[in-house]
Amino acid sequence: MTTTKRVLLTGIKDSIPFVIVVGPFALLFGVVAAEAGLTVTQSFGFSVAVIAGAAQFAAVQLMAENAPTLVIIATALAVNLRMAMYSASLAPHFVGVSLWKRAAMSYLLVDQAYALSMTKFETEPDMNSSQRVVYFVGTMVINIPVWYGCTLLGALFGAQIPPEYALDFALPIAFLALIAPMLRTAAHLAATATSITLALLLAFIPYNLGLIIAAIGAMMVGAQVELMLERAKT
Amino acid sequence: MNMSDSQIWIIIAFVAIGTFAIRFSFIGLIGTRQMPAWLLRHLRYTPVAVLPGLVAPLVLWPAATGGAFDAPRMLAAMVTIVVGLAFKSTLAAIFGGALTLFLALMLLG
Repeated sequence: MTTTKRVLLTGIKDSIPFVIVVGPFALLFGVVAAEAGLTVTQSFGFSVAVIAGAAQFAAVQLMAENAPTLVIIATALAVNLRMAMYSASLAPHFVGVSLWKRAAMSYLLVDQAYALSMTKFETEPDMNSSQRVVYFVGTMVINIPVWYGCTLLGALFGAQIPPEYALDFALPIAFLALIAPMLRTAAHLAATATSITLALLLAFIPYNLGLIIAAIGAMMVGAQVELMLERAKT
Repeated sequence: MNMSDSQIWIIIAFVAIGTFAIRFSFIGLIGTRQMPAWLLRHLRYTPVAVLPGLVAPLVLWPAATGGAFDAPRMLAAMVTIVVGLAFKSTLAAIFGGALTLFLALMLLG
């Protein structure tokens, strides 16, 4: 077997555990989007064009609340801002890779691809940049079709699920399930507490702008607490 | 929801373009350019800054009950958080929360 093929297979193999997360999550997105009133084509198009679960859920929730278009776009993009950090930390590993390949990889840059690739590149610094590209793509070979396919399934069946199954609450559960494992540090906890408190206090502000103010405040609190904890250590 | 089809597609298009721009930002420019530390520090907290604020009103004032406090939904939210914290697993938390919701709605609702 060629080295390229072996690297590709390693990427695919490493990504398999994520399928059990990506599949149900995409299914849930399809269902929630159908519940909110998106057509099957719209839900599917959303998953294909964006590939970012949390941002898609956020946008669909705000659509259901009839928030203004600009606020919906801004909130969804705010959720995705963390990906600038992924992009920055991956960039040095892809020096010398052609522009179109880097553009294609940018489309595929999701949490799972980032987490797997960074771990791999750090433990195996001898990989050359084309092997890194192959590994990175390998992590998404299964997950991307699963993401598309399960969204489609969810959207098709979502519309047929009767209201007594309390699907209105599928989205809050999905969000809470995403957030809870992220609460690793005091800074994350402080940011979360700030976000909740400000969002509830500012709920009276029209156009869902309270949420954006709450998010900015929470981000600043998280960063400040991290800084304080670092200083306390030294 | 009272949004036109074109409005929905516009939102999808802009979120797609913006998300791609964010992902392409540094990989595209390639670089040796480093992000300033203060900016990295803020970006680290974007998910926990946006999502809890979005979900809190949905838990406290569920739309399904017309905004009235609802014990089964609150209980399901609690279990989701506890399971997610305990097992560090999104999937386990979803199952825990969903199961609690169904049981609580059956017993209490």
